[in-house]
Amino acid sequence: MQVVRLRVNGDERACGVPAHYTLLETLRYGLGLTGSKQGCDKGDCGACTVILDGRAVLSCLTLAREAEGRELRTVEGLAIGTEPHPVQDQFDLAGAAQCGFCTPGILCSSVALLERNPSPSREEVRAALAGNLCRCTGYEKIYDAVEAAARKMGQ
Amino acid sequence: MLRLHPFRYHRPTTVDEAVALLAQHGPDAMPIAGGTDLMPNMKHRLFTPGHVVSINGIDAMRGIGFVDGQGNEGNGSRPGRWLRIGALVTLAKVARHPTVRRRFPALADAAGLVAGPQLRNMGTIGGNVCLDTRCTYYNQTEFWRRALGCCLKKDGDTCHVTKVGKKCVAAHSADTPPNLVALGAKLVLVGPSGSRQIDAADFFVTDGIWNTRRAPNELLTELLLPVPPDSDPTRRSAYRKLRQRKSIDFPLLSVAVAGDFDENGTLERIVGVVSALGARPRVLTGWNEMAAGKRLETGLVERLAERAWEQCRPLENMIVEAEWRRAMVRVYVKRALEGLTRA
Repeated sequence: MQVVRLRVNGDERACGVPAHYTLLETLRYGLGLTGSKQGCDKGDCGACTVILDGRAVLSCLTLAREAEGRELRTVEGLAIGTEPHPVQDQFDLAGAAQCGFCTPGILCSSVALLERNPSPSREEVRAALAGNLCRCTGYEKIYDAVEAAARKMGQ
Repeated sequence: MLRLHPFRYHRPTTVDEAVALLAQHGPDAMPIAGGTDLMPNMKHRLFTPGHVVSINGIDAMRGIGFVDGQGNEGNGSRPGRWLRIGALVTLAKVARHPTVRRRFPALADAAGLVAGPQLRNMGTIGGNVCLDTRCTYYNQTEFWRRALGCCLKKDGDTCHVTKVGKKCVAAHSADTPPNLVALGAKLVLVGPSGSRQIDAADFFVTDGIWNTRRAPNELLTELLLPVPPDSDPTRRSAYRKLRQRKSIDFPLLSVAVAGDFDENGTLERIVGVVSALGARPRVLTGWNEMAAGKRLETGLVERLAERAWEQCRPLENMIVEAEWRRAMVRVYVKRALEGLTRA
């Protein structure tokens, strides 16, 4: 057991987990942040995507200790105050979530994209989300929602 | 849910400290950087080191920049100008770096075609060079592998691909190495007895169990790419990758080509490398004899593709038909060569 100190969604959090815990396990079972999903657990599906120092990464393949001293954001931290993030809002309006299991990861990939590229082309949206699988196959509405969010955020 | 086995975590901040830790714990230690290869492999119990040495705190292994030939470094001189890429540079950075894009477009393309966006944000070029080989019968959970009695590469004595062979035929599955070979890159390795350089072309061996000349206690610290002079000849490079989906998948076949063209578009020299079929990238033979002094026109492209096809015989080490992969050698070699003429 060791104490891992993480800066998650702006909060300083510490919790005791074994050295072999992944960041995903630490978030879910150490800190109770169960928004990031445990899908394939081996880097294929993207359901565990979080934003580390501004970039979308997979928390299932990141050791918890590797996130120490870095800026970590999860789906729980995307909302702005009491308002949903514009991407979350547009996912709701576009019906971009069906079963919802892939949604937290896709939201994180989308927000990381829009923060680097405020007005992405359809192709750039598709490329940025190419590491997130949706088995309800609702990709078109997801791309629509990201593009709509980009327009809203640009206004 | 795939749990990792218990281990001790180390986080050295210098190459020397990391090498000392690897030496101290011997085969019970493994280095980790992006973790995109080692983590799933540990979750599958393909590796169960007692000590995991994170090299992510070693700033000296980062950065991309030009270096001039320094005479006698390692075991050879390297005159001229080189682009140094630190082994910890992420694949995402290699893919979009302006100098890499301009000078070595095939390498940038290859880095940008590895897996998906998150994995490229995590995975490093050093890790890509040292990627473990892959096979249908190897990259599976421990439960799956035990049900089949395991295989030559891990815990078993049978090869389920060849049925009879005693040589592991797991496939080299990394995207950047064929390009490093085609571009004449050198790799810098640091171990207990100091630093050494090795040509990328000599780094890989035909053994699916451990397909590189990196000793387990050595670290790959940097890559050096020879920068052609701005004057003629012009060096062009291209990379094409076969896979089932346009993202996430490892290559089922990969083709890297590099050629030096004079001002009239005549080839002075050409290199073709095919990989993802066997345990090491294969440098195609006979290409220079066929192509030097000629323009890269349709007839020559066809003949080079035919020559490549003759040399490639994939096995059923991936979950697609070997005959299809072989047939695609012609197609992908042609596409790569067409990429050279467009570059």
